[in-house]
Amino acid sequence: MGIDFDANKPIYQQLVNRISSEIIRGVRQGGEKLPSVREYALEAGVNANTIQRVYRELENLQIVVTKRGQGTFITDNHKRLDTLRETMKVEFIQQFIRDMKDMGFSTQEMVESIQSEGRDKK
Amino acid sequence: MIQLEKVTKKYLRHKAVNQCTATLEAGKIIGLIGENGSGKTTILKLLAGLLRPTNGRVLIDSKQVNRSISDRLAYLTDMDYFYPYFTIKELIDFYHSQFKDFDKKKAMDMAAFMKLNVKQKIRYLSKGNLSRVKIAVTLSRNVPYIVLDEPFSGLDPLVRKSIINGIIKFMNLESQTLIVTTHELREVEPILDEVLLLKDGRIIAQKSVDQIRDDYRMDVVDWMEQVYETTK
Repeated sequence: MGIDFDANKPIYQQLVNRISSEIIRGVRQGGEKLPSVREYALEAGVNANTIQRVYRELENLQIVVTKRGQGTFITDNHKRLDTLRETMKVEFIQQFIRDMKDMGFSTQEMVESIQSEGRDKK
Repeated sequence: MIQLEKVTKKYLRHKAVNQCTATLEAGKIIGLIGENGSGKTTILKLLAGLLRPTNGRVLIDSKQVNRSISDRLAYLTDMDYFYPYFTIKELIDFYHSQFKDFDKKKAMDMAAFMKLNVKQKIRYLSKGNLSRVKIAVTLSRNVPYIVLDEPFSGLDPLVRKSIINGIIKFMNLESQTLIVTTHELREVEPILDEVLLLKDGRIIAQKSVDQIRDDYRMDVVDWMEQVYETTK
């Protein structure tokens, strides 16, 4: 029980990202019910208010829907989930590029490195 | 809602709490943090009506605090005050007989959740298990305010974790507010909504934990060190 969080980002944001990436990886599927606020609070080792905020953010992003008296469900709108996949990809790439630029790497070097590393991992 | 209005508490000539003003909203878990002797315990005792302010006012739900606040506030000190010859079960029954608002089922559930054997006598409990018992009986009162003074001090990481989980599982944030003092900030931070930072009896900062991480890109421990360094 409990998740290790990064120190430099609000916990609710890290959990929003975590659930989003679980959806993208297919660990959580469209239409599936998310744990209750308290269950997930316990699982993540955080305050229930934080989970409430996580679910609210996900709802604002239209990734989940809350059905009165039933709980919170991942949307079954696959178009939305495809966009989520795309947005997460762009966000991670942008972060990566920022970090690499800070260290003085050129786009050319990044591309070459990604290609060779990617090949190695296969 | 808890309001401190220019609260000062003097012991002889020493100001343990000095001109503190703050508003603590209901429905949150709030950490009172700061080095030893910064005034944390004194503030808790003022909230619990165990001390009276020398100057200023302490209001809970718009009413000035006095000893009768104990009807609506459960206070856990870092001292031992249980009858050693009771078993855990007897202690729970005793609490049930003493407090109208005591939820016996919740206490038993919590004891089970924290893996306590309720037939054991208080006298023979380890420090960790005794702390679990104290948390269980304190959190089982259906009161709007719960105040915990150093509930994790001197406990091993496993016990701390199980108490934190007990709080997550059994605290009812829709109707309860928790104020906690602690030095084990790294572990406790994930369950805090907000922190009140004290130094030399003064409140030098009050901020939500999300806000700290968002504004400073650091966790509460690092933030606290930074604020301490920049505050004389």
